[in-house]
Amino acid sequence: MTSHKALHFKTNLLIVLMVTFSPLGNLLLRKGMKQLGAVTAWAPAEIMRFVGTVLHSGMVWLGIGSLIAFFVSYSLVLSWADYSYVQPASAAAYGVSALLGRFVLGELVSPLQWAGILIICLGVVVVGRTPPQTTEQLYAR
Amino acid sequence: MLAELVLFLLVMLAGTAGELCVARAMRTVGEVTDFRPAALLGVAWRTMRVVWTWIGLGLMTVGFFALLGVLSIENVSFVVPVTALSYAVGALGGRVFLREQISPARWAGVSLVCLGVILLVAGKR
Repeated sequence: MTSHKALHFKTNLLIVLMVTFSPLGNLLLRKGMKQLGAVTAWAPAEIMRFVGTVLHSGMVWLGIGSLIAFFVSYSLVLSWADYSYVQPASAAAYGVSALLGRFVLGELVSPLQWAGILIICLGVVVVGRTPPQTTEQLYAR
Repeated sequence: MLAELVLFLLVMLAGTAGELCVARAMRTVGEVTDFRPAALLGVAWRTMRVVWTWIGLGLMTVGFFALLGVLSIENVSFVVPVTALSYAVGALGGRVFLREQISPARWAGVSLVCLGVILLVAGKR
């Protein structure tokens, strides 16, 4: 069993990676797709051409890479931490998305949304003060 | 109306059940302590050999397509607050399916997250 402090540290480190890579991946995909423009024709040949264009976009690949990094972090942290700890803690990604939207894309964030972000952060802090692991390795393959 | 209700239930239950199955698969694999690339590839290989992984991925796929279905009927500003309840479903699932101990403090945190997500999306209207 990992020591209490080390367990908290590595759990929170991976959650920080999750809440960074998930919104960043979505943002990069959104920027990449915006650069390419909307799909206007639905014939199979046109769709294939569009997919080809998408796969040549560096921004899209960076987005895919970020989402893979998110999924790897998510899977790794679940190998020791409670799901009921990781799931609400990862909701901080909503706040990061709003901040990226506000400061990178210049989107408007309403006072009600800021209130929502503050309450999510408060919820994450409350969950973060509980022990991340309340079970042993009980499961048989 | 019935189709809509079924889709909402699928989004919350299948999506969360899928994540719970992946969590169970990872607990079966065991705590990862070596983060070198070769060791991580070994973890990925062991994860793929656990049946819960595939059940989880299947359920998450069902949840994803149900989300697409419900988004074709309802606005995202209505769908996301409703699906915020999946945090409560997840905590309940963690208690029952993964035998996690959920303290009153953790329930309070989960409730705050649900409320925050609802406000965040309500503010977009």
